[in-house]
Amino acid sequence: MSASTFQTNSKAIKWIESRLPVISFVHESLVVYPTPKNLNYWWNFGSLAGIALVIQIVTGIVLSMHYTPHVSLAFNSVEHIMRDVNYGWLLRYIHANGASMFFIVVYVHICRGLYFGSYKAPREILWWLGLVIFLLMMATAFMGYVLPWGQMSFWGATVITNLFSAFPVVGKSIVTWLWGGFSVDNATLNRFYSLHFLLPFAIVGVVVVHIWALHTTKSNNPLGIDIKGPQDTLPFHPYYTVKDMFGLGVFMTVFALFVFFAPNYMGHPDNYIPANPLVTPAHIVPEWYFLPYYAILRSVPDKLGGVVLMFGSILLMFAMPWLDFSRVRSARFRPIFKQAYWLFVINAVVLGYIGGQPPEGMYIIIGRIATTYYFVHLLVLVPLISLFERPLPLPESISNAVLGGSAVPKGAAAAPEKH
Amino acid sequence: MAETNASGAHGAEPTRRDFLYVAAAGMGAVAVGSAVWPLINQMNPSADVLALSSTEVNIGNVAVGASITVVWRGKPVFVRHRSDAEIKAANDVNLADLKDPQPDAKRVTKPEWLIVLGVCTHLGCVPLGYQGEYGGYFCPCHGSTYDTSGRIRKGPAPLNLEVPQYSFLTDTTVRIG
Ligand code: HEM
Ligand code: FES
Repeated sequence: MSASTFQTNSKAIKWIESRLPVISFVHESLVVYPTPKNLNYWWNFGSLAGIALVIQIVTGIVLSMHYTPHVSLAFNSVEHIMRDVNYGWLLRYIHANGASMFFIVVYVHICRGLYFGSYKAPREILWWLGLVIFLLMMATAFMGYVLPWGQMSFWGATVITNLFSAFPVVGKSIVTWLWGGFSVDNATLNRFYSLHFLLPFAIVGVVVVHIWALHTTKSNNPLGIDIKGPQDTLPFHPYYTVKDMFGLGVFMTVFALFVFFAPNYMGHPDNYIPANPLVTPAHIVPEWYFLPYYAILRSVPDKLGGVVLMFGSILLMFAMPWLDFSRVRSARFRPIFKQAYWLFVINAVVLGYIGGQPPEGMYIIIGRIATTYYFVHLLVLVPLISLFERPLPLPESISNAVLGGSAVPKGAAAAPEKH
Repeated sequence: MAETNASGAHGAEPTRRDFLYVAAAGMGAVAVGSAVWPLINQMNPSADVLALSSTEVNIGNVAVGASITVVWRGKPVFVRHRSDAEIKAANDVNLADLKDPQPDAKRVTKPEWLIVLGVCTHLGCVPLGYQGEYGGYFCPCHGSTYDTSGRIRKGPAPLNLEVPQYSFLTDTTVRIG
């Protein structure tokens, strides 16, 4: 907690430390930071998300050295990046696939939180900050996808901005204001570029506060029980720096497979057709990571209702710490919650699938059922389970569970049953 | 502060100091508001965008049963030369069955010319002409179906296709906007 754990004999470092204690700060948050000793691989995704953000910022800054935000030049400037700029194809494919990888990582990160109850006291603010990051990411990715000014860019932008027209009275003025005109046009492209450039740095800011909150409450863990003392933790370095590096290696391998072998797999071919304001493609779909929300939007036959439920589906997540008031955090000890959790995840995948299908016949019906289930889970099942479920007995402590009974602090280093 | 509260609680006259607080805070709010407004209003349509707000179209060579699409304010406008059958279909409708009830006569100035924005009132896609159950327009995005008067008949769109302001300058020219 205090700077006292950091010691040095170097005069230079002491000189800096007494003016700005930055070295001890890093030491505290990345070296000695006490981390539960039982974290599993689901805990890798936080650091992966941070790295994905850095990758987006670095590739984004170099892309913006070649990109031109004008309706008559944008599409060609992206083609120029792909064909003429040295390694432009690589940078763009990393940035475009990087956005998808970022969302995969963040979705897993969120699901980790939902499964192990990481949103519960005392981590409510930490959870909210995560959701704020998620919302900012969605705005950033949406505006980024508009920049290449292909057909999907243009019509995606049109449909999503028009969501705001559903609001009574002020809806239309809001949309005109967002567009800076009477349709998605040059003014829209310019401001989206400006904001697409800015928001990732806002995300960095929220990430810093997110980690500040994390280091205040300390990490949750797969058992969901509190850290009771030093015998329950390990220093972050080298134990988790190494584990995170290993996870990073796996992540980069998957990322590279997409970039080099299937760079357009997660994209849509219609975005290689220049934007045409007079012709809507036969079947418009957003990027895959928006599909579940798009499915909710389309499942409601009423315009305003669809918009409200779509935004509501995310905003409801902010209330998770109160919708789920069971005192046990981890689903490991909550037999019923665990099953409901997996149904919820499957349901979200179904919504994603439906969001990618045309809105007709069976797809509409399944979409409506899945949308209903989404809300029933959060608003009815989760509170009811918190009320009626009988959780399994919790282990005494983290070290107890990890070391199989003996909680002797010194024994930790020589624990025989390691894996 | 304590003094002001105490005097307020006794129903005494507010003091000069209270007035200064309120006046200072009020002026501060006005100052912040007037500094923020330009930052917000700059996003509204600029003068050159507003200047493009009318367009003249020659409709002399649009045959009966055909339709053209012109661009007005960056949006498509459908100018459709309706056949007698289409006009009849548009009039043979029980208004009570409509989601956004409007008689055809209110939507056209000359029955043979239907002029509507080609922008679906759901989320803004361009509907396809001469398609869908009612022979009017069909929006591929989420399946809204419009009739030959551009009125919403089925699907998620809440309103009829918008009729822009227009006037016939001559028999063959129309000004939109
Ligand atoms: C949260 C981080 C970010 C995300 C999720 C993101 C996402 C995206 C997406 C999805 C695209 C469209 C890719 C395509 O289909 O071509 C894009 C394009 C673009 N982004 Fe980003 N981006 C991020 C950060 C940044 C930053 C920080 C910058 C600049 C400093 C930037 C600059 C650009 C440029 C210039 C393009 C247009 C070129 C292109 O389409 O490849 N991005 N971004
Ligand atoms: S935009 Fe036309 S039906 Fe949704």
